[in-house]
Amino acid sequence: MTAPAELDLPAVDDEVVEDRPWVTIVWNDPVNLMSYVTHVLMELFGYPRSHAEKLMMDVHEKGRAVVSNGTREQMEHDVARLHARGLWATLQQD
Amino acid sequence: MRFKRRGGAIRADLEAVEADVLTAVAGDLLELLGEEADADPDPLAALVGLSDGPVAAPEDPALARLLPDAYGDDDEAATEFRRYTEGDLRSGKRANAGTVLATLAPLTGRGGRLVLDRDEADAWLGCLNDLRLVLGSRLEVTEQTELDLHADDPRAHALQVYGWLGWLQESLLSCLDPRP
Repeated sequence: MTAPAELDLPAVDDEVVEDRPWVTIVWNDPVNLMSYVTHVLMELFGYPRSHAEKLMMDVHEKGRAVVSNGTREQMEHDVARLHARGLWATLQQD
Repeated sequence: MRFKRRGGAIRADLEAVEADVLTAVAGDLLELLGEEADADPDPLAALVGLSDGPVAAPEDPALARLLPDAYGDDDEAATEFRRYTEGDLRSGKRANAGTVLATLAPLTGRGGRLVLDRDEADAWLGCLNDLRLVLGSRLEVTEQTELDLHADDPRAHALQVYGWLGWLQESLLSCLDPRP
């Protein structure tokens, strides 16, 4: 699978790059199993089970959780990997 | 049918009807995800992965759930992201469904033992999740949805399949240690 993070998005070429980091957010949905969300967070980010479960519970109870942060390109890569696993994820500037 | 781990392999014994239901829904998913991008009119663009391909989010809510927007509040960025990535996202999901169908093929119509290596099991895990996302969207499932409806409810059968797929996915997950 091509990593979208390696692609330049023309839309940002002329913009002033701000220092604020970007974040990847996973949103709650009624379908994904809690055990599956934990499993995916452990595999994609290498988080220990305790941290992955905390993030999963935040998604479940608060409706969303920030699961990673970094550059816009890194977050696009993370979102693409989460979409590939069926999690509902978006990125935005923090 | 439930998944069990034996050494490096994951296996499950399927009734004929189980193999047939899974084959049918995985085939439907493959169809929903559409053909590969080989119909791209610009071979050079296709070669470098820059097709003029899909830029709008799918109108079908189930397909939109499989291929969601990456930016919640920036339509332009979401469109650009989709243009660069949706082909790969579709291909990956189609590949998972293809693995499910290929491993089920010997069992169709008669059932039997399914034996998966880890890569095949991962494809199954992803495909079972996609199947549940599609069915859940079609059935407008919420966290409060009662899966065990009276048989004369028109959604009873589909919800039963949806619940069964969730049970299967849970059983497969219990066989898989996360591998970062």
